[in-house]
Amino acid sequence: MLYREAGDFKTSYQADSQTFPIAFDRWRFWVVLVVAFCVVPFFVNAYWANAILVPFLIYAIAAIGLNILTGYCGQVSLGTGGFMAVGAYACYKLMTSFPDVSIVIHIILAGGITAAVGAAFGLPSLRIKGFYLAVATLAAQFFLVWMFNKVSWFYNYSASGQINAPERFVAGVAVTGPNTAPWAQYMICLVFLTICALIARNLTRGTIGRSWMAIRDMDIAAEIIGVNPLKAKLTAFAVSSFFIGISGALFFAVYLGAVEVGEAFGIQKSFLVLFMIIIGGLGSLFGSFAGAAFLVLLPVALKVVGVDVLGWPTDLVAHLQLVIVGGLIMFFLIKEPHGLAQLWRLAKEKLRLWPFPY
Amino acid sequence: MAQTEPYITADGRQIGGVLMDMRGITLRFGGVEAIKNISFDIREGEIRAIIGPNGAGKSSMLNVISGFYHPQDGEVWFRGEKRKPMKPYQVARLGIARTFQNIALFEGMSVLDNIMTGRLTHMKTGLLAQAVWKGRAEREEVANREIVEKVIDFLEIQAIRKTPVGRLPYGLKKRVELARALAAEPKLLLLDEPMAGMNVEEKEDMSRFILDVNDEFGTTIALIEHDMGVVMDLSDRVVVMDYGRKIGDGTPDEVRNNQEVIDAYLGVAHE
Repeated sequence: MLYREAGDFKTSYQADSQTFPIAFDRWRFWVVLVVAFCVVPFFVNAYWANAILVPFLIYAIAAIGLNILTGYCGQVSLGTGGFMAVGAYACYKLMTSFPDVSIVIHIILAGGITAAVGAAFGLPSLRIKGFYLAVATLAAQFFLVWMFNKVSWFYNYSASGQINAPERFVAGVAVTGPNTAPWAQYMICLVFLTICALIARNLTRGTIGRSWMAIRDMDIAAEIIGVNPLKAKLTAFAVSSFFIGISGALFFAVYLGAVEVGEAFGIQKSFLVLFMIIIGGLGSLFGSFAGAAFLVLLPVALKVVGVDVLGWPTDLVAHLQLVIVGGLIMFFLIKEPHGLAQLWRLAKEKLRLWPFPY
Repeated sequence: MAQTEPYITADGRQIGGVLMDMRGITLRFGGVEAIKNISFDIREGEIRAIIGPNGAGKSSMLNVISGFYHPQDGEVWFRGEKRKPMKPYQVARLGIARTFQNIALFEGMSVLDNIMTGRLTHMKTGLLAQAVWKGRAEREEVANREIVEKVIDFLEIQAIRKTPVGRLPYGLKKRVELARALAAEPKLLLLDEPMAGMNVEEKEDMSRFILDVNDEFGTTIALIEHDMGVVMDLSDRVVVMDYGRKIGDGTPDEVRNNQEVIDAYLGVAHE
């Protein structure tokens, strides 16, 4: 009986436009936040951090970024992997060039650099749309990966062509390097995700978010009511790349520690993040979380069920995973283009009226 | 129509000086002349209709005003100044809003968000302030929300505020589109066939809204419409177009009795 709108009257426009209009949702949000910040760090072990939590947090940031561009502004991008690489390499160059500056500032700056690169690659979007734009961003993906392989300045002329994250500390605790505790990895990613999600929420509910969605839904009408398409599209590219850059920097510095660009930030990464937002839900922040959680958990769950419980060979399970993801993409595109988030929304709408729907 | 001094109409509305003046507009698409050397003006506070058969160039004329098309010849004067060639979003900032012949709403957004987009030209908060939200961005949002709520009250669409536009029936969509244009508080409102495809009752509602907008806010309105009953009742002056030419201009009575207009468009009643 808690999940009710009835009797929950809003007396101001602030209250009416808040993130969680239903009291129960608000409570749940705070509970999740408290558990994530105050309970999980004490129980997280290396397996949970490496296999599930840290990748989920990082991919959620990337998915929020791509969702802003594709889900909110309607510009399809296949360059996510390349932009993550920009974040990672920017972070690496900053870490090695200015070792005294805090890693947190490096990661934010890496996001800023990626935003500039993303906006530059967003310029074609003013002329081309849809499929053609996707191909243009695909070019960005291949160009960036090629550049980070080719120009050895980016990996400080190391013989292996890899970049390795040196050890860095936040408030005396190692967050990068081989001696990082799982809970420290988890916490830094969680803090970044929380801030990114708040910023994304604030941007998407205000003027900028509306001009993005207006461009997505009908660009001609958007222009007639005063949306400057150049500004709207480029800010979408920049903001989106900012988040993706941060996720790339975290992916390299905190999660992997050592990166070879083609392997870590190849085209598969672009598709993985795109699948996350398709399955999770385009144009929904919750969808970014749901999609990231789903695609991070699916391989783990399949492995646990297939290999550990049923005793199937590992390669069979790995192939099965590809089949299932492919099937799900088709299912969602046909049946529910708005993804898990829409299913969740429908369930909520039903719940509000349950048990008296009429 | 040499008279340019302000005057009061029979129903007591104030008609001011010339708000928009189109001078010798010619628009070509390749070899096709869609608009041939047309001049007319729109005066402050009046309801100006543009009529004519299909393909006469009415919508093209509206597109010239709102900056989609740039005429090869002629000048557009707005509020006593010659307008440079402008992009549509720049025209919107001058205070010209419009609705479309085929509804052009943002289907993925709620009614409220659609109307809030109409306030975009009035909202100035920067990216960073919006990312923080608390403070400037929130204050601006609430202030603009109040104006939007007035428009919602005015057009009697309170009940569908939070509904996604995609779920609404046609007549309501037209009304929401009008609301979005009104939220911009335009000086000049362009309506491209606001009553197309409506039944009599919906037409009556829409006519009432148009008259109320003009009366209460003093908004100047230019509209294209095919329903002659509506046009003759609503408008102060009418421009008649045919094959890109202007064949008539004047009060509804003058136009109704213009032989060329009768031949080209109005026709005669069968005995």
